[in-house]
This record gives sequence, structure tokens and C-alpha cells, in this order.
Amino acid sequence: MTTSTDRSAEPGSAAGAEASLLGFLASRTKKDWDADTDLFASGGLSSLFAMELVVYLEETFDIEIAGADLRLDNFRTVTRMVSLVRRLAGSGSA
Amino acid sequence: MPETQAAQTLAVIGAGVMGCGIAALALGSGVRVALLDIDEGKLGQADTKVKRHLKTAQLMSALPAGTVPGELVTTTSASGAADADLVIEAVTELAAVKAAALAAISPVVRPGTPIVSNTSSIPIDELTEAVARPEDFLGTHFMNPPYLIQTVEVIRGRRTGDEALRRLHALLGRLGRTAVTVGDGPGFVTSRVLHPMINDAVRVVEEGTAIPEVVDALFVDCLGHRTGPLRTADLIGLDNLADSLHVLYERTGDAGCAPRPLLLEKIRAGDLGRKSGRGFYDYGGPRS
Repeated sequence: MTTSTDRSAEPGSAAGAEASLLGFLASRTKKDWDADTDLFASGGLSSLFAMELVVYLEETFDIEIAGADLRLDNFRTVTRMVSLVRRLAGSGSA
Repeated sequence: MPETQAAQTLAVIGAGVMGCGIAALALGSGVRVALLDIDEGKLGQADTKVKRHLKTAQLMSALPAGTVPGELVTTTSASGAADADLVIEAVTELAAVKAAALAAISPVVRPGTPIVSNTSSIPIDELTEAVARPEDFLGTHFMNPPYLIQTVEVIRGRRTGDEALRRLHALLGRLGRTAVTVGDGPGFVTSRVLHPMINDAVRVVEEGTAIPEVVDALFVDCLGHRTGPLRTADLIGLDNLADSLHVLYERTGDAGCAPRPLLLEKIRAGDLGRKSGRGFYDYGGPRS
């Protein structure tokens, strides 16, 4: 379940975005993940879950992920997602 | 003989899970889509749903690169299908509801325009009386989500003409799908075999033999299936699965097709699978 803490996550803070994402993953998959684990590698998550990650990131950090950014590789690890969020949130407020 | 030209404009009847998914597949392949539904509320959400499907398809690299998406038009009027080159009806999996939708659309479209009922189990010949020109009528069984599954089960009814079949194959080719054509009958091939099997997977959970995760792990890890039966049930939608099982049970009398009590209990609780956020698995949806 998404908590109010998730909603107030600071996109400007990499640590805040990382904690938010790890919390979301833990609540949805009932297991803990490392920030650099490949989520879609063998034994990991279904690739369909990537779309849930897109929706979560867009709603939580008020960003839009479109065009060339919509690549599975951008969602493969928490670290990569944090980079994407920071880049999109940064360009959105510029 | 000249090649049959693929449809330029597709009308999709029904803005539910399958209707929106099929619309997204066509739009992503550059085909114009008229999406019809009698429910204005559902139609209002369709644009957002279709866009989300298109994003998923792009994320999975399931769309042809560099294709300009087709135009989406939504309407509550049957006349919205008048200029379609092919119509796919994808309303609720109930024979009477499908027959009513087909009867409303059939007089509007030009003769020679294939009218396709997308169904997981209702025999095409049963619905033929609803359309004005049986030779233009046939069936598909798209799997969910349509843009991620390469092959489409195509059902040829007893009165389906060759040209309708050719035109449907041409459209599916343009959408990058492979058509596999089968004869008519309750559940055709895939649902007739798969749905009673999923029902039995529900039974073993009900009887306490194994939890859903264990049932699915055996199918994936021992039998090499890509997805286990209960996760597949969640993807189909538990209500759609039960509707299909009812169709099979009523028409075959096969007791293995009578929907299991646990399946019906979940539906009553509003746990319909992935689309409601909860089914045999939790997808983060609201607890009902």
C-alpha cells in the first residue's frame, strides 16, 4: 500500500527517492530489495510490473515518463529509477 | 490475385479491458480507431486507459519503432462504426449482451465489412443470428494484453466467408500478430483446455493441497510454463474467467467447468485479479 510518506518523497533527494522506491517494492512484492539488484532478472519480477513502477514514479514524484525514457532498462534497478526521477524532476522545474 | 488490403479504420465496440487493449494495439500500429461504448463513464476513462496501454507496449518494445500512432475517436453512437473497414466487438462475455451489441452495429456498417466478435468461449455460430450478413461474421480470441501476445486465435464460424477471413488476417498482419484459425465450439481450443485446468488449480487451493504461489511455482519451474495458472487467472480477470466457465459448463455439461466456490467467493468480494488490484495475488489494490 502506498503511504503518505511516499507521497511526500522529495525527488530532489536521491536518498528520499531511493527509500520511497524500496518501500514501494517491499510492500508490493513482500520482500526486500537492494538498490542495485536487477528487478527483472531470472527469479525477479514480471516485466509487466515495470508499468506499475512507471505509474508509481509518475504519481509519487509528479513527473511524466514518455518517449525514449520508456525503456525497460530505465526501471531495471532502483538506482536507475532514482537517476531518471532526478533528471525528469530537475528538467521539469528548470 | 491482389493482396487483401488491411483495414485503415478499425471500430472497437466496448471500452473494457480487452476493447482498450485491442484499441491500443491498433493505434500503436498506426491504425485509426473508433472506440464505441454505451457507457459514457467508461468511455471517459478510455483515453487514459489506452494511453497507459500504449506506454506499457512501448516499455516492452512491443510496438513497431517509428510508427506514428493512429487517431483515437470515442463515441456512444453506433454510427461511429459506419466508416470502419473492420469491426471488433469486445463487450462483456455474455451471449445476450454480445448479441445486442452486434445487432446494433450490423445495420450501420457497409456490406463486406468483417464483423468480429472477440470472445474467449462463446461459439460464433450462436451469435450469427444477431448479424445481418453471416458471411461477414467471425471470431477472435485475443489474449490479454493483446499487444504483448503475438498470436491470436481466430474462429471461423460455419457461415463465415473466405473474404471476411482474409480481411481479418490482413488486419492482424498489419498489427504484427500471427493468426491461428480454428473451428467453432464452446471455448474453441485455448479456453476449452485452459479454463477447466485453471478451475482445477483453484480446487487444489480450496482443498488446502497448496497455496497459489506453490501451484504456480510447480507449473513454471517443473513444467516450463511462462506463467502459472493462478497468476494467469488474475490476468484474465476472475469475473471473466467465471463467465467463460459458465459458458463452457452450460454448453458441455462438463462438471470440471462449473466455477469453483473459491473463485466465486473472490468475485463477490470484488477481488477480480490484476485489474482490481487483488485476486489470487496482491497487486496493491484497495482491500475490499
